[in-house]
Amino acid sequence: MLKKPQYLILIVVVLIVLALLKLPAETMGKVKLAISGLFLPLFGLAGSTHQIAEKVGNTLTPRQDLLKQIEQLKTENQEQKIQIEQDANVLSENARLRAALNWQRQAKWRVKLARVIARDPANWWRSLQINLGKHDEIRENLPVVTSEGLVGRIQSVSDSRAQVILLGDPEFRVAAVIGGTNETGIITASSSSPQEQGMIDLDMLSGASLVHPGQDVFTWGAGGIFPGGIPIGKIVDTHPKDYGLSIEARVKLAANLGALEEVWVMVP
Amino acid sequence: MNRLHSILILAVAFLAVFLESTWNLPRRMLGAQIDLLPSLMVYTALTNGIGMIALLAACGGLWLDSLSLNALGASVLPLLSIGLAIHSSRELLMRDHKFAQMILGFSAAAFQPLGTLFILLNVGAAPSLGWVSLWQWLVMAVGGGVLTPVCFALFDRLHHAFDYPEASQVSFRPDREIKRGRR
Repeated sequence: MLKKPQYLILIVVVLIVLALLKLPAETMGKVKLAISGLFLPLFGLAGSTHQIAEKVGNTLTPRQDLLKQIEQLKTENQEQKIQIEQDANVLSENARLRAALNWQRQAKWRVKLARVIARDPANWWRSLQINLGKHDEIRENLPVVTSEGLVGRIQSVSDSRAQVILLGDPEFRVAAVIGGTNETGIITASSSSPQEQGMIDLDMLSGASLVHPGQDVFTWGAGGIFPGGIPIGKIVDTHPKDYGLSIEARVKLAANLGALEEVWVMVP
Repeated sequence: MNRLHSILILAVAFLAVFLESTWNLPRRMLGAQIDLLPSLMVYTALTNGIGMIALLAACGGLWLDSLSLNALGASVLPLLSIGLAIHSSRELLMRDHKFAQMILGFSAAAFQPLGTLFILLNVGAAPSLGWVSLWQWLVMAVGGGVLTPVCFALFDRLHHAFDYPEASQVSFRPDREIKRGRR
């Protein structure tokens, strides 16, 4: 049978857990980041091992391949420069028109490269941790992207790490617009197959909207948190909801969330 | 069991949580991440006292929840329940039999996610659940069943490596001593 000190230990553990479960979300986030800080040496070690393996891989790459890659990158670089010059003209024109119409000027966003250091160990959440924190000007709700498109947003931040909540998680919603139209809706977790990687729902579309498979979906930018125009994915199919009053579309994500190694955080 | 044994259990739990968050292979191949803590709890419950069970549940659960979007503490109570249930009937369990270890590991790994989800749903969280979750649950349970005998084998080896060897019995028995000569 249980002895008195053992009863005491059990009661203490249960009370601590109940107290932790009742913590406000913000405090809980801070406590979590403090506890997960214990893993920092291991994350550092894993990162160093990864870098060493990469270096070893680089030394094994033949010189001819490297020269070929340099040539390719030089060509791409020149193309990008021309593109940037054209974009700069469009931007200045856009700024002039906005000024003429008395519209608010759009803020320019910088991007910061981050390495994915951990994933959510629980199967029912979609989140990951990156190696950027408050020291790198990262704060909550900043958008996280890859070159393919939107990935998620910053959920909580510590000094040197941040937790990112991914697209498709029930806790993550973002206003979206269908490319080439003014049709807007809300991106939510997929209701038909919430665990299916790469599929999400575009909800709250007007029942009269002309939506068809293959159309691109972008962030709307009206909420003020995310900039507009970040690619989210492509519409796969649609079905009416609420007796035809609204339409729900299934969207295939542009970014592959299962193979994220590095991401970009957009900083205003 | 000595203090070193307890430290080893906690160290393995810490590494297990780290591996679960960084090693993505099971998720890519099987579509689910396998939880190593229930297997470890089965071993701890059969070899240690309630204090160690509570410590492993608290530390392991909090470490796991800190790297997850789980509410902090949601994994602790299910782990503690598993430990207490096995510990209370440890005299009836054949801990050295591989099959018994597998069944215990399977049951523990099947109960752990259900218990955690029950707590999460009761604190107002909305985890992502669907038909695929059934597959993930099965993978976790089978994974736990397979890993539990591995866990026992690992700790038996560590036990042999770090502990003093048991003193061998000498063949000399004073009650069988043949006394010669007159008394």
